[in-house]
Amino acid sequence: MTCILETRSLNKEFGAVIAAKDLNVQINKGEVVGVIGSNGAGKTTFINMVTGYLKPTRGEILFNGRSIMGHSPRAITRAGMARSFQVAQLFPEMTVLDNLIVALAAAESARPSFLSPLRSDARIARAEEILKEFGVENYRDSLVTAVPQGARKLVDIAMALIGNPQMLLLDEPTSGVSMDEKTDLMDTVMNAVRQHGVTVLFVEHDMDVVERYVSRVLAFYSGEIIADGGPAAVLADQQVRDLVTGHRPSTKQGNGVS
Amino acid sequence: MRLDKTEISLGLVALACVLFGFVSPGWLIFLLTIALAKALVVQGVVMQMRSGLVSFGQGLFYCIGGYTVGMGGQFFGIHDAIAALSLGMLVAIVVAMLLGLLLTRYREIFFAMLSLAFSMILFGILVKSQELGSTDGFNVHDWTLFGWAPEAGAGSQHTVFTITVVSGLIVAVLIHRYTKAGVGVICEAVRENEVRVEYLGLSPRWLLYGNYVAAAAVSALGGGLTALATGHVDPEMAYWTTSGEFVFIALLGGLGHVAAPFIAAIVFSFVRTYAIEFVPHTWQMILGFTLLAVIIFLPKGLWSLVSREKTGERA
Repeated sequence: MTCILETRSLNKEFGAVIAAKDLNVQINKGEVVGVIGSNGAGKTTFINMVTGYLKPTRGEILFNGRSIMGHSPRAITRAGMARSFQVAQLFPEMTVLDNLIVALAAAESARPSFLSPLRSDARIARAEEILKEFGVENYRDSLVTAVPQGARKLVDIAMALIGNPQMLLLDEPTSGVSMDEKTDLMDTVMNAVRQHGVTVLFVEHDMDVVERYVSRVLAFYSGEIIADGGPAAVLADQQVRDLVTGHRPSTKQGNGVS
Repeated sequence: MRLDKTEISLGLVALACVLFGFVSPGWLIFLLTIALAKALVVQGVVMQMRSGLVSFGQGLFYCIGGYTVGMGGQFFGIHDAIAALSLGMLVAIVVAMLLGLLLTRYREIFFAMLSLAFSMILFGILVKSQELGSTDGFNVHDWTLFGWAPEAGAGSQHTVFTITVVSGLIVAVLIHRYTKAGVGVICEAVRENEVRVEYLGLSPRWLLYGNYVAAAAVSALGGGLTALATGHVDPEMAYWTTSGEFVFIALLGGLGHVAAPFIAAIVFSFVRTYAIEFVPHTWQMILGFTLLAVIIFLPKGLWSLVSREKTGERA
Protein backbone atom coordinates (compact mmCIF):
# COMPACT_ATOMS: atom_id res chain seq x y z
CA MET A 1 0.00 0.00 0.00
CA THR A 2 1.12 3.57 -0.69
CA CYS A 3 1.85 5.79 2.25
CA ILE A 4 0.04 9.11 2.06
CA LEU A 5 1.02 10.63 5.41
CA GLU A 6 4.13 9.95 7.41
CA THR A 7 5.46 11.60 10.53
CA ARG A 8 9.00 11.01 11.74
CA SER A 9 9.97 11.67 15.34
CA LEU A 10 7.37 14.40 15.63
CA ASN A 11 7.60 16.36 18.86
CA LYS A 12 5.68 19.24 20.34
CA GLU A 13 6.53 20.93 23.57
CA PHE A 14 4.60 23.74 25.24
CA GLY A 15 7.22 24.91 27.73
CA ALA A 16 7.68 22.01 30.11
CA VAL A 17 4.64 20.15 28.81
CA ILE A 18 5.34 17.53 26.18
CA ALA A 19 2.21 17.29 24.02
CA ALA A 20 3.73 14.99 21.40
CA LYS A 21 6.72 12.74 21.84
CA ASP A 22 8.50 11.01 18.96
CA LEU A 23 5.40 10.31 16.94
CA ASN A 24 6.21 7.95 14.06
CA VAL A 25 3.08 7.32 12.06
CA GLN A 26 2.45 6.00 8.57
CA ILE A 27 -1.04 6.29 7.10
CA ASN A 28 -1.69 4.43 3.86
CA LYS A 29 -3.99 5.55 1.08
CA GLY A 30 -7.56 4.38 1.57
CA GLU A 31 -7.26 3.69 5.28
CA VAL A 32 -9.80 4.85 7.81
CA VAL A 33 -7.81 5.47 10.97
CA GLY A 34 -9.28 6.22 14.37
CA VAL A 35 -7.28 8.17 16.92
CA ILE A 36 -8.23 7.53 20.52
CA GLY A 37 -6.93 8.78 23.83
CA SER A 38 -8.03 10.56 26.93
CA ASN A 39 -8.17 14.35 27.14
CA GLY A 40 -4.69 15.84 26.88
CA ALA A 41 -3.25 12.73 25.25
CA GLY A 42 -2.06 14.72 22.21
CA LYS A 43 -4.66 13.74 19.59
CA THR A 44 -5.70 17.23 18.55
CA THR A 45 -2.11 18.44 18.83
CA PHE A 46 -1.19 15.72 16.32
CA ILE A 47 -3.89 16.86 13.88
CA ASN A 48 -2.99 20.51 14.41
CA MET A 49 0.66 19.83 13.62
CA VAL A 50 -0.10 17.77 10.54
CA THR A 51 -2.45 20.42 9.14
CA GLY A 52 -0.11 23.34 9.78
CA TYR A 53 -2.05 24.90 12.65
CA LEU A 54 0.77 24.23 15.12
CA LYS A 55 4.46 24.19 14.35
CA PRO A 56 6.17 21.04 15.65
CA THR A 57 9.15 21.51 17.93
CA ARG A 58 11.06 18.77 16.08
CA GLY A 59 10.47 16.08 13.52
CA GLU A 60 9.30 15.66 9.97
CA ILE A 61 5.92 15.46 8.28
CA LEU A 62 5.64 14.00 4.79
CA PHE A 63 2.49 14.16 2.69
CA ASN A 64 2.63 12.05 -0.47
CA GLY A 65 6.36 11.71 0.14
CA ARG A 66 6.98 15.46 0.29
CA SER A 67 7.82 17.44 3.39
CA ILE A 68 5.08 19.81 4.50
CA MET A 69 6.97 21.04 7.54
CA GLY A 70 6.49 24.77 7.99
CA HIS A 71 3.80 24.94 5.31
CA SER A 72 0.79 27.14 5.98
CA PRO A 73 -2.64 25.58 6.53
CA ARG A 74 -3.79 26.86 3.15
CA ALA A 75 -0.76 25.36 1.38
CA ILE A 76 -1.44 22.03 3.08
CA THR A 77 -5.11 22.27 2.14
CA ARG A 78 -4.17 23.04 -1.47
CA ALA A 79 -1.81 20.05 -1.40
CA GLY A 80 -4.81 17.82 -0.71
CA MET A 81 -5.19 17.50 3.04
CA ALA A 82 -8.43 18.90 4.48
CA ARG A 83 -9.74 18.94 8.00
CA SER A 84 -12.79 19.58 10.09
CA PHE A 85 -12.85 20.87 13.64
CA GLN A 86 -14.05 19.80 17.05
CA VAL A 87 -16.22 22.92 17.05
CA ALA A 88 -17.58 23.33 13.54
CA GLN A 89 -15.77 26.22 11.84
CA LEU A 90 -18.37 27.93 9.70
CA PHE A 91 -19.37 31.46 8.71
CA PRO A 92 -22.05 32.19 11.31
CA GLU A 93 -23.69 35.16 9.62
CA MET A 94 -24.13 33.29 6.35
CA THR A 95 -26.70 30.70 5.38
CA VAL A 96 -25.77 27.05 5.04
CA LEU A 97 -26.00 27.41 1.25
CA ASP A 98 -23.68 30.42 1.22
CA ASN A 99 -21.16 28.60 3.42
CA LEU A 100 -20.97 25.88 0.78
CA ILE A 101 -20.82 28.40 -2.07
CA VAL A 102 -17.83 30.11 -0.45
CA ALA A 103 -16.15 26.71 -0.13
CA LEU A 104 -16.92 25.92 -3.78
CA ALA A 105 -15.45 29.25 -4.94
CA ALA A 106 -12.36 28.63 -2.83
CA ALA A 107 -11.96 25.16 -4.31
CA GLU A 108 -12.18 26.53 -7.85
CA SER A 109 -9.44 29.12 -7.46
CA ALA A 110 -7.04 30.49 -4.89
CA ARG A 111 -7.70 33.93 -6.44
CA PRO A 112 -11.40 34.72 -6.21
CA SER A 113 -12.87 37.15 -8.71
CA PHE A 114 -13.22 40.86 -7.91
CA LEU A 115 -16.38 41.39 -9.94
CA SER A 116 -18.02 38.07 -11.00
CA PRO A 117 -20.91 37.16 -8.67
CA LEU A 118 -20.07 34.47 -6.15
CA ARG A 119 -23.62 33.12 -6.23
CA SER A 120 -23.58 31.77 -9.78
CA ASP A 121 -26.28 29.35 -10.94
CA ALA A 122 -23.69 26.59 -11.34
CA ARG A 123 -22.41 27.00 -7.78
CA ILE A 124 -25.91 27.15 -6.33
CA ALA A 125 -26.83 23.93 -8.18
CA ARG A 126 -23.65 22.17 -6.98
CA ALA A 127 -24.18 23.40 -3.41
CA GLU A 128 -27.73 22.05 -3.46
CA GLU A 129 -26.41 18.65 -4.58
CA ILE A 130 -23.98 18.67 -1.66
CA LEU A 131 -26.77 19.64 0.75
CA LYS A 132 -28.70 16.57 -0.39
CA GLU A 133 -25.65 14.32 -0.26
CA PHE A 134 -25.16 15.30 3.37
CA GLY A 135 -28.86 15.27 4.21
CA VAL A 136 -29.00 18.90 5.30
CA GLU A 137 -31.10 20.29 2.46
CA ASN A 138 -33.78 21.39 4.95
CA TYR A 139 -31.36 23.96 6.34
CA ARG A 140 -30.49 25.45 2.93
CA ASP A 141 -31.45 29.02 3.79
CA SER A 142 -30.92 28.90 7.56
CA LEU A 143 -28.12 30.78 9.21
CA VAL A 144 -25.63 28.20 10.44
CA THR A 145 -26.11 29.43 14.00
CA ALA A 146 -29.74 28.32 13.76
CA VAL A 147 -29.13 24.70 12.74
CA PRO A 148 -28.57 21.76 15.08
CA GLN A 149 -25.06 20.74 16.10
CA GLY A 150 -25.14 17.56 14.01
CA ALA A 151 -26.08 19.45 10.85
CA ARG A 152 -23.40 22.03 11.58
CA LYS A 153 -20.82 19.25 11.85
CA LEU A 154 -21.97 17.85 8.53
CA VAL A 155 -21.70 21.24 6.83
CA ASP A 156 -18.21 21.64 8.29
CA ILE A 157 -17.17 18.25 6.90
CA ALA A 158 -18.91 18.92 3.57
CA MET A 159 -16.92 22.15 3.23
CA ALA A 160 -13.70 20.26 3.90
CA LEU A 161 -14.57 17.68 1.23
CA ILE A 162 -15.55 20.23 -1.44
CA GLY A 163 -11.92 20.76 -2.45
CA ASN A 164 -11.61 17.03 -3.34
CA PRO A 165 -8.87 16.32 -0.82
CA GLN A 166 -6.86 13.10 -0.83
CA MET A 167 -6.93 12.96 2.95
CA LEU A 168 -9.44 14.17 5.49
CA LEU A 169 -8.74 14.69 9.17
CA LEU A 170 -11.76 14.94 11.44
CA ASP A 171 -11.40 16.20 14.97
CA GLU A 172 -14.10 14.54 17.05
CA PRO A 173 -16.79 14.54 14.35
CA THR A 174 -19.45 13.29 16.75
CA SER A 175 -18.68 15.47 19.77
CA GLY A 176 -21.69 17.44 20.94
CA VAL A 177 -23.98 15.25 18.83
CA SER A 178 -26.73 13.23 20.47
CA MET A 179 -26.32 9.44 20.73
CA ASP A 180 -29.16 8.94 18.25
CA GLU A 181 -27.61 11.22 15.63
CA LYS A 182 -24.07 9.84 15.88
CA THR A 183 -24.59 6.81 13.68
CA ASP A 184 -26.55 8.74 11.05
CA LEU A 185 -23.87 11.42 11.00
CA MET A 186 -21.02 8.95 10.66
CA ASP A 187 -22.88 6.89 8.01
CA THR A 188 -23.40 10.06 5.98
CA VAL A 189 -19.78 11.11 6.35
CA MET A 190 -18.36 7.66 5.57
CA ASN A 191 -20.57 7.32 2.48
CA ALA A 192 -19.33 10.66 1.20
CA VAL A 193 -15.75 9.75 2.02
CA ARG A 194 -16.04 6.44 0.14
CA GLN A 195 -17.49 8.20 -2.89
CA HIS A 196 -14.62 10.66 -2.92
CA GLY A 197 -12.02 7.90 -2.29
CA VAL A 198 -10.52 9.83 0.58
CA THR A 199 -8.14 8.56 3.25
CA VAL A 200 -9.55 9.41 6.66
CA LEU A 201 -8.08 9.94 10.09
CA PHE A 202 -10.44 10.92 12.84
CA VAL A 203 -10.20 11.59 16.53
CA GLU A 204 -13.01 9.97 18.49
CA HIS A 205 -13.96 9.36 22.09
CA ASP A 206 -16.88 7.05 21.41
CA MET A 207 -15.45 3.53 21.15
CA ASP A 208 -18.61 2.21 19.50
CA VAL A 209 -18.06 4.66 16.67
CA VAL A 210 -14.40 3.65 16.48
CA GLU A 211 -15.19 -0.06 16.35
CA ARG A 212 -17.86 0.44 13.74
CA TYR A 213 -16.02 2.61 11.20
CA VAL A 214 -12.24 2.31 11.36
CA SER A 215 -9.80 -0.13 9.85
CA ARG A 216 -6.98 0.87 12.17
CA VAL A 217 -6.64 2.53 15.56
CA LEU A 218 -3.89 4.72 16.98
CA ALA A 219 -4.09 4.96 20.77
CA PHE A 220 -2.48 8.05 22.29
CA TYR A 221 -1.44 8.46 25.88
CA SER A 222 0.52 11.39 27.29
CA GLY A 223 1.77 12.50 23.88
CA GLU A 224 2.87 9.03 22.78
CA ILE A 225 1.34 6.30 20.66
CA ILE A 226 0.94 3.29 22.90
CA ALA A 227 -0.87 1.03 20.43
CA ASP A 228 -1.32 0.87 16.67
CA GLY A 229 -3.31 -1.80 14.86
CA GLY A 230 -6.73 -3.19 14.00
CA PRO A 231 -9.58 -2.03 16.21
CA ALA A 232 -10.13 -5.45 17.77
CA ALA A 233 -6.54 -5.85 18.80
CA VAL A 234 -6.02 -2.29 20.02
CA LEU A 235 -9.25 -2.05 21.98
CA ALA A 236 -8.53 -5.41 23.62
CA ASP A 237 -5.01 -4.36 24.55
CA GLN A 238 -4.67 -4.31 28.32
CA GLN A 239 -2.58 -1.13 28.37
CA VAL A 240 -5.11 0.67 26.16
CA ARG A 241 -7.95 -0.48 28.37
CA ASP A 242 -6.15 0.65 31.47
CA LEU A 243 -4.92 4.00 30.20
CA VAL A 244 -7.34 5.05 27.49
CA THR A 245 -10.72 3.42 27.25
CA GLY A 246 -11.56 1.35 30.25
CA HIS A 247 -13.70 -0.23 27.60
CA ARG A 248 -14.60 -3.86 26.96
CA PRO A 249 -14.85 -4.51 23.21
CA SER A 250 -18.18 -5.77 21.96
CA THR A 251 -18.55 -9.15 20.29
CA LYS A 252 -19.42 -7.64 16.90
CA GLN A 253 -15.92 -6.23 16.26
CA GLY A 254 -15.09 -5.46 12.64
CA ASN A 255 -18.68 -4.90 11.56
CA GLY A 256 -19.10 -1.97 9.26
CA VAL A 257 -15.39 -1.48 8.70
CA SER A 258 -14.97 0.11 5.31
CA MET B 1 -23.21 44.46 -19.13
CA ARG B 2 -26.52 43.64 -17.43
CA LEU B 3 -27.58 46.00 -14.68
CA ASP B 4 -29.51 44.74 -11.69
CA LYS B 5 -32.25 46.59 -9.79
CA THR B 6 -29.85 48.31 -7.40
CA GLU B 7 -27.61 49.48 -10.21
CA ILE B 8 -30.55 50.89 -12.18
CA SER B 9 -31.80 52.66 -9.04
CA LEU B 10 -28.36 54.13 -8.42
CA GLY B 11 -28.25 55.33 -12.03
CA LEU B 12 -31.63 57.00 -11.73
CA VAL B 13 -30.72 58.69 -8.46
CA ALA B 14 -27.45 59.92 -10.01
CA LEU B 15 -29.34 61.33 -12.99
CA ALA B 16 -31.79 63.05 -10.65
CA CYS B 17 -28.85 64.53 -8.70
CA VAL B 18 -27.25 65.92 -11.86
CA LEU B 19 -30.55 67.48 -12.94
CA PHE B 20 -31.11 68.80 -9.43
CA GLY B 21 -27.73 70.50 -9.74
CA PHE B 22 -29.09 72.76 -12.47
CA VAL B 23 -31.82 74.21 -10.26
CA SER B 24 -30.37 74.17 -6.77
CA PRO B 25 -28.47 77.03 -5.12
CA GLY B 26 -24.69 77.10 -5.09
CA TRP B 27 -24.31 76.52 -1.35
CA LEU B 28 -26.34 73.33 -1.62
CA ILE B 29 -24.37 72.10 -4.64
CA PHE B 30 -21.14 72.68 -2.73
CA LEU B 31 -22.44 70.94 0.38
CA LEU B 32 -23.59 67.93 -1.66
CA THR B 33 -20.32 67.77 -3.59
CA ILE B 34 -18.28 67.63 -0.39
CA ALA B 35 -20.71 65.14 1.16
CA LEU B 36 -20.55 62.82 -1.86
CA ALA B 37 -16.77 63.11 -2.09
CA LYS B 38 -16.48 62.20 1.58
CA ALA B 39 -18.93 59.36 1.01
CA LEU B 40 -16.38 57.85 -1.38
CA VAL B 41 -13.79 57.88 1.39
CA VAL B 42 -16.37 56.30 3.68
CA GLN B 43 -16.94 53.60 1.05
CA GLY B 44 -13.28 52.70 1.60
CA VAL B 45 -13.84 52.54 5.37
CA VAL B 46 -16.95 50.39 4.89
CA MET B 47 -15.14 48.00 2.52
CA GLN B 48 -12.67 47.33 5.31
CA MET B 49 -15.35 47.13 8.00
CA ARG B 50 -17.02 44.38 5.97
CA SER B 51 -13.80 42.40 6.25
CA GLY B 52 -13.63 43.02 10.01
CA LEU B 53 -11.08 45.86 9.99
CA VAL B 54 -11.75 49.38 11.17
CA SER B 55 -9.45 51.99 9.68
CA PHE B 56 -8.92 55.04 11.82
CA GLY B 57 -6.49 56.33 9.23
CA GLN B 58 -8.45 56.54 6.01
CA GLY B 59 -7.61 60.25 6.02
CA LEU B 60 -4.21 59.13 4.74
CA PHE B 61 -5.63 58.22 1.33
CA TYR B 62 -8.09 61.12 1.38
CA CYS B 63 -5.12 63.41 1.84
CA ILE B 64 -3.00 61.61 -0.77
CA GLY B 65 -5.81 61.98 -3.31
CA GLY B 66 -6.24 65.67 -2.49
CA TYR B 67 -2.55 66.56 -2.41
CA THR B 68 -1.83 64.66 -5.63
CA VAL B 69 -4.53 66.66 -7.42
CA GLY B 70 -3.15 69.87 -5.88
CA MET B 71 0.50 69.08 -6.56
CA GLY B 72 -0.25 67.78 -10.03
CA GLY B 73 -1.69 71.17 -10.98
CA GLN B 74 0.78 73.34 -9.09
CA PHE B 75 4.05 71.56 -9.79
CA PHE B 76 3.64 69.12 -12.67
CA GLY B 77 1.28 70.90 -15.04
CA ILE B 78 -1.46 68.28 -14.77
CA HIS B 79 -4.57 70.41 -15.07
CA ASP B 80 -7.02 67.90 -16.45
CA ALA B 81 -9.38 66.89 -13.65
CA ILE B 82 -9.72 63.26 -14.75
CA ALA B 83 -5.96 62.83 -15.19
CA ALA B 84 -5.32 64.42 -11.78
CA LEU B 85 -7.93 62.26 -10.06
CA SER B 86 -6.55 59.14 -11.76
CA LEU B 87 -3.04 60.06 -10.68
CA GLY B 88 -4.27 60.51 -7.11
CA MET B 89 -5.77 57.04 -7.15
CA LEU B 90 -2.59 55.59 -8.64
CA VAL B 91 -0.40 57.17 -5.95
CA ALA B 92 -2.79 55.88 -3.27
CA ILE B 93 -2.65 52.39 -4.77
CA VAL B 94 1.16 52.40 -4.73
CA VAL B 95 1.26 53.65 -1.12
CA ALA B 96 -1.43 51.14 -0.07
CA MET B 97 0.47 48.31 -1.75
CA LEU B 98 3.49 49.15 0.40
CA LEU B 99 1.68 49.86 3.68
CA GLY B 100 -0.72 46.96 3.18
CA LEU B 101 2.18 44.51 3.39
CA LEU B 102 2.56 45.50 7.04
CA LEU B 103 -0.99 46.50 7.99
CA THR B 104 -2.71 43.33 6.80
CA ARG B 105 -0.66 41.35 9.30
CA TYR B 106 -2.66 43.02 12.06
CA ARG B 107 -6.27 42.85 13.19
CA GLU B 108 -8.69 44.70 15.41
CA ILE B 109 -7.30 47.58 17.49
CA PHE B 110 -3.75 47.00 16.21
CA PHE B 111 -4.85 47.55 12.62
CA ALA B 112 -6.92 50.57 13.63
CA MET B 113 -4.06 52.21 15.50
CA LEU B 114 -1.43 51.42 12.87
CA SER B 115 -3.61 52.88 10.13
CA LEU B 116 -4.03 55.98 12.29
CA ALA B 117 -0.28 56.13 12.87
CA PHE B 118 0.50 56.24 9.14
CA SER B 119 -2.09 58.93 8.62
CA MET B 120 -0.57 61.03 11.38
CA ILE B 121 2.92 60.50 9.95
CA LEU B 122 1.73 62.04 6.69
CA PHE B 123 0.11 64.87 8.65
CA GLY B 124 3.42 65.50 10.42
CA ILE B 125 5.38 65.49 7.15
CA LEU B 126 2.97 67.93 5.51
CA VAL B 127 2.97 70.29 8.50
CA LYS B 128 6.77 70.43 8.30
CA SER B 129 6.82 70.95 4.52
CA GLN B 130 7.14 74.70 3.88
CA GLU B 131 7.06 74.07 0.10
CA LEU B 132 3.57 72.61 0.49
CA GLY B 133 2.30 75.46 2.63
CA SER B 134 2.86 73.80 6.01
CA THR B 135 -0.32 73.97 8.13
CA ASP B 136 -2.00 76.34 5.65
CA GLY B 137 -1.72 73.98 2.71
CA PHE B 138 -2.01 75.48 -0.77
CA ASN B 139 -4.56 76.27 -3.44
CA VAL B 140 -5.42 73.93 -6.25
CA HIS B 141 -4.62 75.25 -9.73
CA ASP B 142 -7.53 75.97 -12.08
CA TRP B 143 -8.43 72.74 -13.76
CA THR B 144 -9.86 71.64 -17.08
CA LEU B 145 -11.99 68.76 -18.29
CA PHE B 146 -10.71 67.19 -21.52
CA GLY B 147 -9.33 70.58 -22.55
CA TRP B 148 -12.44 72.55 -21.63
CA ALA B 149 -12.09 75.07 -18.84
CA PRO B 150 -15.28 75.60 -16.87
CA GLU B 151 -15.94 79.21 -15.97
CA ALA B 152 -14.92 80.10 -12.45
CA GLY B 153 -17.58 80.10 -9.71
CA ALA B 154 -20.94 78.50 -10.46
CA GLY B 155 -19.81 76.80 -13.69
CA SER B 156 -16.84 75.17 -12.03
CA GLN B 157 -18.93 74.21 -9.02
CA HIS B 158 -21.57 72.57 -11.14
CA THR B 159 -18.98 70.71 -13.22
CA VAL B 160 -17.21 69.27 -10.20
CA PHE B 161 -20.59 68.30 -8.75
CA THR B 162 -21.40 66.41 -11.94
CA ILE B 163 -17.97 64.72 -11.95
CA THR B 164 -18.52 63.75 -8.30
CA VAL B 165 -21.96 62.31 -8.99
CA VAL B 166 -20.71 60.33 -12.01
CA SER B 167 -17.65 59.11 -10.06
CA GLY B 168 -19.91 58.17 -7.17
CA LEU B 169 -22.17 56.23 -9.52
CA ILE B 170 -19.29 54.32 -11.11
CA VAL B 171 -17.74 53.52 -7.72
CA ALA B 172 -21.12 52.53 -6.25
CA VAL B 173 -21.83 50.11 -9.12
CA LEU B 174 -18.34 48.62 -8.87
CA ILE B 175 -18.57 48.25 -5.08
CA HIS B 176 -22.05 46.78 -5.38
CA ARG B 177 -20.64 44.12 -7.73
CA TYR B 178 -17.55 43.70 -5.60
CA THR B 179 -19.59 42.96 -2.46
CA LYS B 180 -21.40 40.18 -4.30
CA ALA B 181 -18.26 38.86 -6.01
CA GLY B 182 -15.75 36.30 -4.81
CA VAL B 183 -13.32 38.64 -3.05
CA GLY B 184 -16.10 40.76 -1.52
CA VAL B 185 -18.00 37.84 -0.01
CA ILE B 186 -14.88 36.01 1.08
CA CYS B 187 -13.63 39.18 2.79
CA GLU B 188 -16.83 39.03 4.85
CA ALA B 189 -16.06 35.36 5.47
CA VAL B 190 -12.63 36.41 6.77
CA ARG B 191 -14.38 38.68 9.28
CA GLU B 192 -16.57 35.80 10.41
CA ASN B 193 -14.03 33.00 10.53
CA GLU B 194 -10.49 33.49 9.37
CA VAL B 195 -9.47 29.97 10.36
CA ARG B 196 -12.05 28.40 8.08
CA VAL B 197 -11.01 30.62 5.17
CA GLU B 198 -7.42 29.50 5.66
CA TYR B 199 -8.52 25.85 5.70
CA LEU B 200 -10.42 26.36 2.47
CA GLY B 201 -7.02 26.99 0.92
CA LEU B 202 -7.29 30.78 0.72
CA SER B 203 -5.05 33.41 2.19
CA PRO B 204 -7.01 35.79 4.43
CA ARG B 205 -4.07 38.14 4.47
CA TRP B 206 -3.89 38.55 0.69
CA LEU B 207 -7.66 38.93 0.48
CA LEU B 208 -7.49 41.73 3.04
CA TYR B 209 -4.52 43.19 1.17
CA GLY B 210 -6.48 43.39 -2.09
CA ASN B 211 -9.40 44.89 -0.22
CA TYR B 212 -7.16 47.44 1.51
CA VAL B 213 -5.63 48.58 -1.79
CA ALA B 214 -9.03 48.86 -3.48
CA ALA B 215 -10.38 50.85 -0.50
CA ALA B 216 -7.38 53.19 -0.71
CA ALA B 217 -8.05 53.93 -4.39
CA VAL B 218 -11.71 54.74 -3.70
CA SER B 219 -10.80 56.98 -0.77
CA ALA B 220 -8.16 58.84 -2.79
CA LEU B 221 -10.79 59.58 -5.41
CA GLY B 222 -12.88 61.20 -2.67
CA GLY B 223 -9.89 63.28 -1.58
CA GLY B 224 -9.16 64.39 -5.14
CA LEU B 225 -12.77 65.45 -5.70
CA THR B 226 -12.74 67.41 -2.44
CA ALA B 227 -9.61 69.21 -3.60
CA LEU B 228 -11.26 70.11 -6.91
CA ALA B 229 -14.42 71.29 -5.15
CA THR B 230 -12.79 73.37 -2.45
CA GLY B 231 -9.82 74.50 -4.53
CA HIS B 232 -7.58 74.00 -1.53
CA VAL B 233 -5.73 71.25 0.29
CA ASP B 234 -4.20 71.28 3.77
CA PRO B 235 -2.70 68.76 6.20
CA GLU B 236 -5.98 68.59 8.12
CA MET B 237 -7.09 66.05 5.50
CA ALA B 238 -4.76 63.51 7.13
CA TYR B 239 -5.51 64.53 10.72
CA TRP B 240 -7.06 61.98 13.04
CA THR B 241 -10.29 63.91 13.48
CA THR B 242 -10.87 63.73 9.72
CA SER B 243 -10.38 59.95 9.77
CA GLY B 244 -12.67 59.78 12.79
CA GLU B 245 -15.32 61.64 10.83
CA PHE B 246 -15.21 58.93 8.13
CA VAL B 247 -15.71 56.22 10.74
CA PHE B 248 -18.54 58.29 12.22
CA ILE B 249 -20.27 58.48 8.83
CA ALA B 250 -19.69 54.77 8.21
CA LEU B 251 -21.40 53.93 11.52
CA LEU B 252 -24.17 56.39 10.76
CA GLY B 253 -24.96 54.70 7.45
CA GLY B 254 -24.28 51.09 8.32
CA LEU B 255 -22.88 48.31 6.17
CA GLY B 256 -26.19 47.18 4.72
CA HIS B 257 -26.04 48.74 1.26
CA VAL B 258 -23.71 50.54 -1.08
CA ALA B 259 -26.00 53.61 -0.94
CA ALA B 260 -25.74 53.87 2.87
CA PRO B 261 -22.45 55.87 2.99
CA PHE B 262 -23.85 58.41 0.51
CA ILE B 263 -27.03 58.90 2.54
CA ALA B 264 -25.08 59.07 5.79
CA ALA B 265 -22.57 61.57 4.42
CA ILE B 266 -25.38 63.85 3.24
CA VAL B 267 -27.19 63.56 6.59
CA PHE B 268 -23.93 64.22 8.43
CA SER B 269 -23.18 67.29 6.34
CA PHE B 270 -26.63 68.76 6.92
CA VAL B 271 -26.59 68.03 10.66
CA ARG B 272 -23.15 69.60 11.00
CA THR B 273 -23.95 72.60 8.83
CA TYR B 274 -27.15 73.41 10.69
CA ALA B 275 -25.63 72.61 14.07
CA ILE B 276 -22.81 75.07 13.38
CA GLU B 277 -25.37 77.60 12.14
CA PHE B 278 -27.68 77.42 15.14
CA VAL B 279 -25.43 76.30 18.01
CA PRO B 280 -21.94 77.32 16.89
CA HIS B 281 -20.28 76.54 20.22
CA THR B 282 -21.82 73.15 20.81
CA TRP B 283 -22.16 71.65 17.34
CA GLN B 284 -19.83 68.76 18.27
CA MET B 285 -22.27 67.86 21.04
CA ILE B 286 -25.11 67.74 18.51
CA LEU B 287 -23.06 65.36 16.35
CA GLY B 288 -22.27 63.28 19.41
CA PHE B 289 -25.93 62.97 20.34
CA THR B 290 -26.77 62.09 16.74
CA LEU B 291 -24.26 59.24 16.74
CA LEU B 292 -25.43 58.13 20.17
CA ALA B 293 -29.03 58.03 18.97
CA VAL B 294 -28.08 56.05 15.88
CA ILE B 295 -26.05 53.51 17.88
CA ILE B 296 -28.87 53.03 20.41
CA PHE B 297 -31.89 53.09 18.11
CA LEU B 298 -30.41 52.05 14.77
CA PRO B 299 -27.39 49.89 15.57
CA LYS B 300 -27.15 48.82 11.94
CA GLY B 301 -27.16 52.42 10.78
CA LEU B 302 -29.56 54.62 8.87
CA TRP B 303 -29.86 52.01 6.13
CA SER B 304 -31.70 49.74 8.56
CA LEU B 305 -34.64 52.17 8.27
CA VAL B 306 -34.83 51.33 4.56
CA SER B 307 -34.21 47.61 5.01
CA ARG B 308 -36.87 47.48 7.79
CA GLU B 309 -39.29 49.15 5.41
CA LYS B 310 -38.49 46.56 2.73
CA THR B 311 -38.89 43.69 5.21
CA GLY B 312 -42.22 45.17 6.24
CA GLU B 313 -43.33 45.30 2.62
CA ARG B 314 -42.43 41.64 2.10
CA ALA B 315 -44.26 40.64 5.27
